[in-house]
Amino acid sequence: MDLKLLDAEPTLEEREAVDAAIGAPTSAWDGGERGTHRDAHTALGGASVRNRRHELVPALQSLQARVGWISEGGLGYVCERLGVPPADAWGVATFYALLATTPRPRRVLHVCSDIACARKAHGVELALEASVGPPISGAPSGDSIILGDDEAAWMHSPCLGMCDMAPAALLTVAGETPVERLCGNITPDRASGLLARRRVRSTSADILYVEQRLATTTPYATVPDSSASAPIPQLGDPSLVLLKRVGVVDPTSLESYRAAGGFEALQRALEMGAEAVVAEVSASKLVGRGGAAFPTGRKWEAVRTQPAQPHYLVCNADESEPGTFKDRLLMTHDPFAIVESMTIASFAAGCSRAYLYVRAEYPLAYERIANAIARCRDAGVFPSGFDIELRRGAGAYICGEETALFESIEGKRGEPRSKPPFPVNSGLFGKPTVVNNVETLANVIPILLMGGTEYAKIGTAGSTGTRLFCLSGAVRKPGVYEVPCGTSLRSLLELAEVREMSALLLGGAAGNFLRPDEIDVELSMEGARAANATLGSGVVLAFDEQTDLHHVVRRIAGFFRDESCGQCVPCRVGTVRQEESLHRLAHGRPIGGVAGELALLEEVGVAMRDASICGLGQTAYAAVESAIKRLRLYEGMA
Amino acid sequence: MTSAIAPLVQLGRPDRTPKKMVSLTIDGHGLEVPEGTTILGACASLDIEIPTLCYLETLRPVNVCRLCVVEVEGARVLAPACSRLVEPDMTVHTASPRVRHSRKLVLELLASSVDLSTTAGMTELLESYDCRPERYGPPAPPAANRDAAIPGHHAAPDPAFAATVAQPVKIDNELYVRDYTKCVLCYKCVEACGPDHQNTFAIAVAGRGFDARISTELAVPLPDSACVYCGNCIAVCPTGALMAKDEHDLRAAGSWDPSSQQVTDTICPYCGVGCTLTLHVQDGDIVKATSPLENSITLGNLCVKGRFGWRFVQNRSAPRA
Repeated sequence: MDLKLLDAEPTLEEREAVDAAIGAPTSAWDGGERGTHRDAHTALGGASVRNRRHELVPALQSLQARVGWISEGGLGYVCERLGVPPADAWGVATFYALLATTPRPRRVLHVCSDIACARKAHGVELALEASVGPPISGAPSGDSIILGDDEAAWMHSPCLGMCDMAPAALLTVAGETPVERLCGNITPDRASGLLARRRVRSTSADILYVEQRLATTTPYATVPDSSASAPIPQLGDPSLVLLKRVGVVDPTSLESYRAAGGFEALQRALEMGAEAVVAEVSASKLVGRGGAAFPTGRKWEAVRTQPAQPHYLVCNADESEPGTFKDRLLMTHDPFAIVESMTIASFAAGCSRAYLYVRAEYPLAYERIANAIARCRDAGVFPSGFDIELRRGAGAYICGEETALFESIEGKRGEPRSKPPFPVNSGLFGKPTVVNNVETLANVIPILLMGGTEYAKIGTAGSTGTRLFCLSGAVRKPGVYEVPCGTSLRSLLELAEVREMSALLLGGAAGNFLRPDEIDVELSMEGARAANATLGSGVVLAFDEQTDLHHVVRRIAGFFRDESCGQCVPCRVGTVRQEESLHRLAHGRPIGGVAGELALLEEVGVAMRDASICGLGQTAYAAVESAIKRLRLYEGMA
Repeated sequence: MTSAIAPLVQLGRPDRTPKKMVSLTIDGHGLEVPEGTTILGACASLDIEIPTLCYLETLRPVNVCRLCVVEVEGARVLAPACSRLVEPDMTVHTASPRVRHSRKLVLELLASSVDLSTTAGMTELLESYDCRPERYGPPAPPAANRDAAIPGHHAAPDPAFAATVAQPVKIDNELYVRDYTKCVLCYKCVEACGPDHQNTFAIAVAGRGFDARISTELAVPLPDSACVYCGNCIAVCPTGALMAKDEHDLRAAGSWDPSSQQVTDTICPYCGVGCTLTLHVQDGDIVKATSPLENSITLGNLCVKGRFGWRFVQNRSAPRA
């Protein structure tokens, strides 16, 4: 391809950052030195360079981590190296929230302003506003902005998956040794301290929770998390299936995992053969825990029998549904189990390569999984020819949608594809692909160890097994809970010691609000359906009497407006109109009275649900609708 | 962009391989069409008209405008007729209340945020779906710089206005203008500039959500981009957001009058390919050059010379010695 490249030159730092991610150039054809005899007589461009397109996002991420933003010179160098047209790369870079395409300080604090954190983070935001000024919300004005190395900034962030330790913030410091720290229970003082590089000494009474990843180049160096308390409230409960190793087994040690019965399921799978593994999973009646509840065994079988090769497995760890943090817990505290499950699933469906796509906001989970993969690889745990590649998100909720996730791995904008074709026929790189959520895969080990039919006895007839629920908000013991499917919401809330509450969000931003008198719903697929609700990603977020539910609903609407990929009209414009409508109601200036405004919301909502390409647009009205119809939030408004 | 659902139609190169026939029902009419036909194609054989905006027979369907949605019995959500392939025993409804509601909303959402004044057939379409775009509030004034939006962040909505994509017109070269106030983000220009036709890749979709926009790298002016001025993006633009500068200037002067234009097919004189050239002549002046979409050689495409290089015809000043 004859590309018109950018004129700006990369700095040495930028060149190093890109080379660190995708390797040094080998010839003048991919951005290296010109003039060797070989280069003059061989054409090394073309398909061999373009086939590296999937390295685009990692290259951009490396620039971001090193320099703090993607400059024209940096972007140009990436384009030259990978044979990507600059406009195309610009489209990708401007899609992801954690990539900056305009100058930005190296030190940035991303403060969660989502549902669970919003109210608690208010003091933090005021303090930051006083100490460093308003948050970044757009490109800096003026043509040339020179940033000092000491400068710092802050910005709002969507849910960071730390709802049990609200308020949360993610600190990113670009540099030769980039730092990423996910912090829970932050205070105004500590937030300012994080930004000002002021060392805040830890005391025994300190409840700050920090997850940190030190550098991209040291996959083996893990930082112990500093949580003082147990990672799960149910620690020690003998009935735990998915969480039984959490907080018990050293998540960094392959030996500890093996000593706790690790890799027995993989061993059994290899002995049984692929077909028998799929049969066991089918017998267990396991369905996907990502939200769509598709039978896992059927998905694996569909890929296993596809003639097209190779097959891929993708583990969807882009957990970004507001209020959800179960996958973070599993990956952080039981990473070897995820790696083992992925290996089993790949073996069963005949996948020679697996990808794990983890959201960028989880530095420690990334670190632990990277460590687990590396140790398994070194110890020869993987069947021959099989490997797992770890990919990071770049700040886009939509990439949790399976086909958007494929696009993102392929180095493109995270725009969902039209289905059909389904991933089992044409998924990652156009090949048959199994895509499973982290929690779904975690079930595979107990299924193989206890047998599919035995596993199916847990839970209800229609929903087998146990499920993880993320409890946060007005509960005394927030955290991830594991209960058998069919448990009542009431008993789950009692387990977490719920306080007085005014409403509850079940299933996340794409889920529904419930009234306090509706909590006798049975937590199973059929129970949720009967109650006209959804379990979604297992979010149970309780709001106390002081919470302004109108604000929560507006935040959900704003979230969908921010996270819509913008591809299809119903979602791109519909999410904007929905948010506007809610703001008009809040300002007491509805169009056509409150009833007229609610009718308009319904019309827009129905079109989003019916005509959007993917699940984001299709569920963007769900929570708003339940606030109107179940909570009757807007009744009695003038 | 995405893996194609329906293959890119190769006009002039009819696919003669024998096809299995698929029988289905559309709006109560049973019919048989070859396997691999889209619902839109099947509807055409029944003379059922489906409105489209982002669909063009010479481009891979991206199914983003959602104007062509139809109801497939048994499906949870509506399906885009432009790209969904027919399946055996499918039952399709193209004018059910659900379908009409979504189409109406798509049209209203677009009309309330985008200037559709130069979109062909739009007035009739808005009327036939009983659209009232004004019910979302008065349109917001133009934004100074939509190119500066950052993903995942937006200002709180102003309760007085309905957000629009209005922005200043981009005039940065002699040949065409980009008026993104009229852009519905149908992706056609990106496809025509990129993999489907021109392989120049001068433009792409940048940003996210409502701030998504067609952009060159770093939003540089066209002369600094990879643009080769073939104008094939203009040829596929359904809304007039991309327009030859001559047409733009005539429209601004109020003298653009398609009804008085004489349209003549000829052969481009520049090179040996011999593209069919359609000249649009108004008051004795060539005001536009296009190529027929159904021409098997051009598929509606031209190069910079064919599209813009006819000004010499009208140069009536005395030849230089």
